[in-house]
Amino acid sequence: MKRNMRNFNEKTMKFLFFIGGIGTILILLLICFFLLAETANFLKTYPIWDFLTGTEWKPDEASRKFGLLPLLAGTFITTFGAVLLAVPIGILSAVYIAELAGPKTAEILKPAVELLAGIPSVVLGFFGLVLLVPTFQSAFDLTTGQTALTGSIILAIMALPTIISVSEDAISSVPASLKQGSFALGSNHWQTIYKVTIPAALSGISAAVILGVGRAIGETMAVMMVTGNMAIIPWSEPFLSSVRTITATIALEMGEVAQGTEHYYALFTIGAVLFLLTIIINGIADAVKRKHHRGE
Amino acid sequence: MKTGKTAYRKKQDAYQKIAFGLMKISTAVVVMVLLLIIGDIVIKGAPSLTIEFLTQMPKNQMTEGGILSCLVGTIELVILALSVAVPLGIVAAVYLTEYASEGKVKRFVEQAVNNLAGTPSIVFGLFGMAFFVKYIGLPQSLLTSSLTMGLLILPVIIRTTQEALLSVPQSYRDASMALGITKWETIRHVVLPAAYSGMLTGIIISIGRAAGETAPILLTGAVYFYPKLPDSVFSPFMALSYHLYVMATEGMNIELTRGIQYGTALVLIILVFSMNLIAVGLRRHYRKKGIGSN
Repeated sequence: MKRNMRNFNEKTMKFLFFIGGIGTILILLLICFFLLAETANFLKTYPIWDFLTGTEWKPDEASRKFGLLPLLAGTFITTFGAVLLAVPIGILSAVYIAELAGPKTAEILKPAVELLAGIPSVVLGFFGLVLLVPTFQSAFDLTTGQTALTGSIILAIMALPTIISVSEDAISSVPASLKQGSFALGSNHWQTIYKVTIPAALSGISAAVILGVGRAIGETMAVMMVTGNMAIIPWSEPFLSSVRTITATIALEMGEVAQGTEHYYALFTIGAVLFLLTIIINGIADAVKRKHHRGE
Repeated sequence: MKTGKTAYRKKQDAYQKIAFGLMKISTAVVVMVLLLIIGDIVIKGAPSLTIEFLTQMPKNQMTEGGILSCLVGTIELVILALSVAVPLGIVAAVYLTEYASEGKVKRFVEQAVNNLAGTPSIVFGLFGMAFFVKYIGLPQSLLTSSLTMGLLILPVIIRTTQEALLSVPQSYRDASMALGITKWETIRHVVLPAAYSGMLTGIIISIGRAAGETAPILLTGAVYFYPKLPDSVFSPFMALSYHLYVMATEGMNIELTRGIQYGTALVLIILVFSMNLIAVGLRRHYRKKGIGSN
């Protein structure tokens, strides 16, 4: 009797945990479903081609223009700038922490990187708004300091911790025997780093960069506070113009639209585009990382 | 021949000097950025940080007074979000590490967790709005925000719990099973207690995350101004993160209320950093003990 009870308990718990595990898939599917359902509502009244190739985002009743391109441009320009800044700084710092810093220094630097990662995006945005924006405005003599450039800098700060900690992990996990082989052949430390260590950690470092990109594309508050939010494709001077990202558009406009209007559905549609972008990016990072693990 | 080698060495050593110099500069830049941000906010925020600031409601169209309602709102939000995410996350993590056998289901669940972790916070906000508010019909409130935030921190909880469970030596499980104790009892009495501190670290990290996130609550229940503390979970609420955004971009007098803005930013940073520090301390503590780490 007791044994049966125990068996029953075991089976119930096993089932419960299974449901919990499946629950995460369910949540992801629900997110997909609701984004797609609202996207479908939008595409019922708005031609998909006009959405994908439209160069104007003017959501007011009179204009009714929901062109994705200016928002995509804003997202890509700020992210691209962030990558240009964060990738070299991030990788160089990761190599420093993994290869050069003594154990004591590393013990300080690693939590410092975590601390940087922990700064809430709204605080970073605030910092950018009160310190960076006025500085750049006077430095470049602009009408507004809220530009793609300030957005890129803030995004770079947000992407840095991801890039540093993931690449540092990859670099640290390169087997010592590889490096010793290089030293034994008479290479100095730097030659060993760039001919042996970095190539061996390359897939991990690439994954770090891709994850950093994902973080930058999906960021909302910080970007919205420092980029000026002009939904115009900045053909001339892309970095010194105001831009508006996909994320900022959703955050700024969702509060003002009535549920069930075309504009409301349009915001879900750009949300779906953003979701798709990050899923692709995370998929690539995942594949690269798995290759790295097999490589070991 | 010999001089040639020396020249080569010299050249290589010069390259090394340059490369290492660049590494040091990069690291210094990272540290300086961190210090600059923290320094700016601490120095300019400290004067605002008085007892009254923490215990008074915003007054006079939020140009005076404190941030009590935001502080309470954020704390309630964090507690509710945790009570959604912690049980769910632990169950999912136990499934992944203890029950799931290698195969498609496990891979799918892990993929799902990865994708959830990479999903932008604003997308969670959209989902919360479409599902909890529009579909289920809940009012935009503390409850809908907490549910949304709970989903956002779920992957963090799952991953850290998984790590903690994986670091419990297999011998513990084997020993328990050898005594004739069933799997669930082993998990409950042996594995979970041994993984406890690691799990706690994850929970503490997600407290910081939930307190700092703005985008998801912006769409699901946080409001510009609410004259009283939230009286139920169905009431709209103010939160520190959203308050900072509002005050810095749409406030009644943005320049004049800089003190309030810096004060709010400082409170947020203190909240998040103290959580991080506790997590780092905990991790060091149990690393020394040897259990709960690899």
